[in-house]
Order: sequence, then structure tokens, then C-alpha cells
Amino acid sequence: MSLEQEKTAETPKPVGKFGNLFITLYNVFGFIGRFFREAFLPPYEFKELMRQCYEIGYRSALLISTTGFITGLVFTKQSRPSLSEFGATSWLPSLVGIALLRTLAPLLTGLIAAGKVGSSIGAELGSMKVSEQIDAMEVSATNPFKFLVATRVLAATITMPILTFYTAMVGMLGALLNVSVNEGTSATTFFQSALENITYLDIIASTVKAIIFGFTIAIVGCYQGYHSSKGTEGVGKAANSAVVTAMFLIFVEEVVCVQIFSLFNT
Amino acid sequence: MTAKDMTDFSAEKVIEIKALNKAFGSYQVLEGANLDLYKGENLVVLGKSGTGKSVLIKIIVGLLRPDSGLVNVLGHKVDEISYQELLDLRLRIGFSFQNSALYDSMTVRDNLEFPLVRNRKDLTKPEVNALIEEMLDAVGLAQTINQMPSELSGGQRKRIGIARTLILKPEIMLYDEPTAGLDPITSKEINKLINDVQERYHTSAIVITHDLTCAKEVGNRVAMLMERRFERQGSFEDIFNSGDQLAQPFYDYNFIQ
Ligand SMILES: Nc1ncnc2c1ncn2[C@@H]1O[C@H](COP(=O)(O)OP(=O)(O)OP(=O)(O)O)[C@@H](O)[C@H]1O
Ligand SMILES: [Mg+2]
Repeated sequence: MSLEQEKTAETPKPVGKFGNLFITLYNVFGFIGRFFREAFLPPYEFKELMRQCYEIGYRSALLISTTGFITGLVFTKQSRPSLSEFGATSWLPSLVGIALLRTLAPLLTGLIAAGKVGSSIGAELGSMKVSEQIDAMEVSATNPFKFLVATRVLAATITMPILTFYTAMVGMLGALLNVSVNEGTSATTFFQSALENITYLDIIASTVKAIIFGFTIAIVGCYQGYHSSKGTEGVGKAANSAVVTAMFLIFVEEVVCVQIFSLFNT
Repeated sequence: MTAKDMTDFSAEKVIEIKALNKAFGSYQVLEGANLDLYKGENLVVLGKSGTGKSVLIKIIVGLLRPDSGLVNVLGHKVDEISYQELLDLRLRIGFSFQNSALYDSMTVRDNLEFPLVRNRKDLTKPEVNALIEEMLDAVGLAQTINQMPSELSGGQRKRIGIARTLILKPEIMLYDEPTAGLDPITSKEINKLINDVQERYHTSAIVITHDLTCAKEVGNRVAMLMERRFERQGSFEDIFNSGDQLAQPFYDYNFIQ
């Protein structure tokens, strides 16, 4: 809202470090609240939402494919010695499957998206803010929050689970390459044992994590961009802190999620 | 260029500002400012850099909030209405930014279409296209329709920015330094455009400028913002041909240097 927007544009009163922290937290929660208030009410920016989904997928696809594949391959290779000590190399596929699906894929996808998607959202909205394009939307009677923020956050939240399962799949292909070369395992056998020990809870947990990560990345990027200070320096700062903050939060959320889901696992 | 007619003071006031105060932190930008805009007039606001001219029109469209005072626009107190009412009010006001503020990820066509398709759902596709063409014609830039803002010159960007705000057929136009940084010939074209808009669409306008040629050519009336309020208001001649001590530096700067 114009009122909120102004609050950050003006020089803050000297309230000390703690005061500032609370003001920031207040603003962040206000921003998140506004997302939930506005994202689900008409008018909908459906076309822009689709465009953003495509952008997010497209931007991260190549990087995710390579890192996913390499991670699967390397993880398998590095795990083999410890398993072969017990003569248990046949467990490799199942170990890789669980590791990828439960943790590696969500985390890897989250971190890569934070770098690729978070930074570009921060920079894009930051430069729109600085060059008064956001104000221009306001005065042309269009709610910029709906068009810019709601679409990006929804798009990231929708695409992240898809990207996460894609990463897991590509990672398994990397693992498959490694085991088929070393143990001569066939693809059918590999996938059978890789997926054997995966439960519905694992899938739900990963989906939930991916949704949370996607939401975090986009909301942080949008917040930083939307509130970036004037000048080109502000744009760089917005992009930078979008990435740093999102990565930090992703780790925190990972820890919290693991704790919560382990309660269900017993 | 003959001087324009003086404002018709019997017309209704489309904007009424009384005792307006606005500060950023401890820095008082506007204090007790009074200003009225009458229907159909072009009011030029002159003032040194940093005196709060942009702040004034941002308050008028609700981008900034006044600390106190009355800001009545088309019968609505902008700081008291809801966000939705504010958006509805903004539909009736055109705002041309100092730096054009074109959406740089969109083509010229999409820039013009953006406010239109969102606010005029009643229009068919051909009607939208016709309006876009009409506006581009009005600013003389029909050929740029498929270009990106980065491919346009500063003057072209200003004109597209004006076209983008005109497309909603606003009742009030707010121009923030429409000729700043432009060569004299392009400036003249913009001045003519502002006058054309006034005639063609019967808009009332506030034109912020440092440029006295612009002030003289487009303004029915001039208000000078200094010392946080509007110290002088009147016709161009009243202010600049009277040897006014406050106004004189402006005149000297523009016409003697
Ligand atoms: N969002 C803001 N936060 C803090 N200070 C601001 C803000 N906007 C404007 N100011 C301050 O208010 C004063 C007036 O700014 P404004 O942009 O209205 O000047 P101006 O008269 O338009 O000048 P110019 O002719 O250079 O455009 C400036 O000193 C500026 O620093
Ligand atoms: Mg200004």
C-alpha cells in the first residue's frame, strides 16, 4: 500500500539496532500478510503467473540438471567405499534414492533457485522501484503488488516442487550411470531398489519443503526489491541480500522441517 | 507565441490544497502550502530543485501521505479514502514521471496496453488497438510501437510516458518536468503536446518545470513554490514583469544566461 511503501522510503527515526530489527520484522510480516490478502482475490494476473513459472523453470533448468546429475554421481561414488566394507554395495541405489529425495534434491534446488531466481527477482523489482516503474503502476490504477509480487511468489511456490522432483530424478540418473559402470546394475533393478524404501511421507515432506523454499525465495526477493533504496547501489544490495537471506532461511527451514517430519516417522 | 488566456476562476476546483504540511524526518518540505487547480487550466508550478514539487504531486496521487492539511482531488480527500477508492481516483488522473518510468521489460505497445486492459475490461481487442494507435498518433510516435523503451531517445520516452497516461483519458494531468534535459526543439514539441492535450481532451493540468519557456507557452497561470509554500501565484506576466524580488532570479537564469 502507498502508506507502507512510504514508511520505508523515508529516513527511519533513530531507534537503535533492536528497534530497527523490530521495524524490519514488522514490515516483513506486513508484506507476507499482504501477499495472503491479495494473491487470492481477483483480479488475477494469470498470464503473468504463467510467464513467471516459465521464467523460473527456464532460468534454473540447466544449472539444476548439471548439479543434480553431478551430485547423484559423486554421492554414489563417495558412498561406495563405506558400504563395500560391509559388502553392502547393493544398497547403494536405495541409499542414494533416500538421500536425494529426502534432503539433497530439496536443498540443492532451493539453494540454486535462491541464487538464480532470488537474485533476479531482487534485481528486477529493485530496478523497477528505483526507476519509479512501481510507482507508475500505482498511479495508473494498477495494483503493482498483485502484478509483481503475488505472481512471482505463487510461481516460485508452484514450480519449486516440480523442480525438486526433477533434480531428484536427474540425480538418480547420475547415480545410475555410476552403478551401472561399477556394478553393472540394470536401470530397472536400480530404480526398483532406489524407490523401494521411499515412503509417501518422504514425498510429502519433500513437497512441503520445496513449497516452503519456493515461497521463501520469492517473498524475500520481492521484499528486498520492493523496498530497495534509491540508486543503482540499492539494486545491487537488493539482489545480494535476497540471495543471502534466502539461503540462510532455507537452511533454518530445512532443520525445522527435518525435526517436525521426524515426529511423524516413528 | 502569444500569452495564453488567464484561468477561468469561476470554473470548479478540481484540486484543492489547503495548509499542506509534509516533512521527511526533521526536514520540512512543505509547510502551510495552499494551491487550487481550476477545471480546464494548465497551472505551471515553478520552483528550485529540491523544493518539493515532485513531493507535491506525489501527495496528490496518494504516492506519499501528507502530514496534515487538506488535499481534495476531484471531491475526494486522498489521504482518507481506502486503497481501492484511491486506485479508482487514480484512473481519473494522469501522472507523467520526471524520468518517464516506462516499463523497460515491455514494448511501447505493451506499456500503453498495460493500464488499459487492466482498467477497461469493457473494451474489445480492436478497440484497445485503436486507442493505442490514437495515443501514439497524438504524441507523434506511431512508428515506435514495437520498440523497447531502451531503444528510444529521452524525448521519445517522455512522450510515450505521456501517451501511456493519456490512454485512460484522465481528467487531470500531472506533468513532472516534461521538458527537463531536452533540447529546445524537442521541448517546444512537448509544450505543444501539452497544449494539444488540454484542448483535445479538456484536461486540467499541473505542469512542474524549471523551464520558463515552457511555463510561458503552456501555463494559463503560474505558481512559485519557495520557502515551503506557494509564495506567488498569477499570470506569467504578473510574476515576471513586475520586478518581483523573489521571482527575478528565475527569470534571469532562464533568459539572461
Ligand atoms: N521518499 C523520500 N524520502 C525522503 N526524502 C524525500 C523523499 N522524496 C523527496 N524527499 C526530499 O524532499 C525534498 C523535495 O524533493 P522533490 O523531489 O519534491 O524535489 P523537486 O522540487 O521535485 O526537485 P527537482 O526539481 O530536482 O525534481 C528533497 O530534499 C528530497 O530529498
Ligand atoms: Mg522533482
